[in-house]
Amino acid sequence: MADEGGIQEPRETNRVWHKGLLNNQEKVAIETANEGSGKMIVDSLGKTYGSGPFRQYILRDCSFVLEEQKLTILIGPSGCGKSTLINILAGYEEADSGTATLDGAPVGEPNKDRLVVFQETALFPWMTTLGNVTYGPRVQRNRPKDEIETEALGLLEKVGLEEFRDKYPIQLSGGMQRRAELVRAMINNPRVMLLDEPFRGLDAMTRELMQEHYVRLFEERRQTTLFVTSEIDEAIFLADTLLIMTNGPGRIKKSIPIDMPWPRTPDMLTSMEYLRYKEEALDLLHEEALKAFAADNKIAADFLEAYEATKTESVSASR
Amino acid sequence: MKSPNSSSLKKLFNKIFSKAVLRGIVAIVFSIAFWETASRFAFPLFAFVPPPSIVLSVVGESFGSLVFWENWTSSFGRVIFGFVIAQIIGIPLGLLMANNRNIHGMTFPIFEILRPIPPLAWVPASIIFWPTTELSIAFVIFLGAFFTIVINVLGGAKSIDARYIRAARSLGSNRSDMFFRIILPAVLPSIFTGMAVGMGITWEVVVAAEMIAGKSGLGYYTWESYVGGNFPRIIVGMISIGLAGYISSSMIRLIGKRSTPWLRLF
Repeated sequence: MADEGGIQEPRETNRVWHKGLLNNQEKVAIETANEGSGKMIVDSLGKTYGSGPFRQYILRDCSFVLEEQKLTILIGPSGCGKSTLINILAGYEEADSGTATLDGAPVGEPNKDRLVVFQETALFPWMTTLGNVTYGPRVQRNRPKDEIETEALGLLEKVGLEEFRDKYPIQLSGGMQRRAELVRAMINNPRVMLLDEPFRGLDAMTRELMQEHYVRLFEERRQTTLFVTSEIDEAIFLADTLLIMTNGPGRIKKSIPIDMPWPRTPDMLTSMEYLRYKEEALDLLHEEALKAFAADNKIAADFLEAYEATKTESVSASR
Repeated sequence: MKSPNSSSLKKLFNKIFSKAVLRGIVAIVFSIAFWETASRFAFPLFAFVPPPSIVLSVVGESFGSLVFWENWTSSFGRVIFGFVIAQIIGIPLGLLMANNRNIHGMTFPIFEILRPIPPLAWVPASIIFWPTTELSIAFVIFLGAFFTIVINVLGGAKSIDARYIRAARSLGSNRSDMFFRIILPAVLPSIFTGMAVGMGITWEVVVAAEMIAGKSGLGYYTWESYVGGNFPRIIVGMISIGLAGYISSSMIRLIGKRSTPWLRLF
């Protein structure tokens, strides 16, 4: 699984495929080769809303790279354009300027190579857990039904949901819904997983459990992932690379490689290394909050206060 | 062996004789008792109202006559005919209006002008327009259910959470998957709401239309009883209409519950 990342010229293979020169077996072979993980390069993306004097920059000159099989965490103040960025990368919205490429090919219409796990749940309420998880492979119609089901049940078992296979989303707790949705995306082997604050709205305890669940799932497949969050501890705990975003218009302020060993375990949260990373990140975020505050941003006051509090906590812990 | 049986029996007993049911029974008994006394002692406004005891004897007589049941079936027939056609045309139209801006732009203004016209205001035009009375009644019934279903389907389809559509697109749905596996189930609850409301309107309309133009049906029966001066039969007619409406609505609720199992899990 881990070595499937080497993808040569997917643009070429796509082109040949569309011409219909390949038989089914070859198509499947190419698809398998493309599965698992890709490399995404985002180059000076820009996005504005409104026009004339009401024009507002959401993203400006936003550049970064999602390395193959790495977990990249994006953190930034609320309202800095994180969700817009995800929407552009998934193909739900178009950028005004700049490019985003996946394995060399520009991103276009939404497809199963770039799957999003949304804030709060987007499980289809009218399908059972199993129905939701198998939906992607079922409508892609390129694998036999029993094989899909076997894989889905395997994944559900891994996240402790096998007993809930026939329950509807409304019967699941918040944490269960998040896990089901992660699995629904994962089963498609997207080349990039885009997670838009996936654990938002969960209580602190569930959130911690989810992070541990997620670490295990990620380790298993190592799919290239962009994980958006506004929680500093979650960010450092999960990141291979930590991207810090500026307060609108959104741009990457700094990319910090987090050099801690995998698998990540909760005890790392108290290591010196971890606290150093946290201080560095908090300083950068603090700067952004000050700027926002100076620009008379009403949310910024709360934001500052919150980060001020976390910071003092972390500094006193490191002493 | 003994305990599950006796406990489930006990549950059933508790359910049947629950406080809610008892309250309902008490309310009905008291109303009937009041009605009986009011008629017997000729309270103001009640002087010409036949007491329930006399109505009951007419009920027995009506239930034995074939004509009475023919009135039931002809009203039901009209309601089902008009209602079903309204669904067949209304549901696809509502979905089209929600999904296609051109169709929405062309139909919505006309729709909004015609919608506030009460179905009964259509009766004269309808009688002139359609060749037979039967068709004109069916048309008016159709209108009663049609506008309601279209508005509900349109509203339901427009308020589908964008994330479902986005997720479905990303996961690889083609157009037919999108329609049959995402949009249709998402709109289903609104369809059944529209049907339940529409069914209520349909009964109001059929009765009035039968009084104006019908030669049969429960509305006709009630009106004819009034013309013939048979007061107890008026009340039998009224209660029949109430029961018929209740039966129809219950059927729709039942089908609705069966078709949207994910909604009744609280």
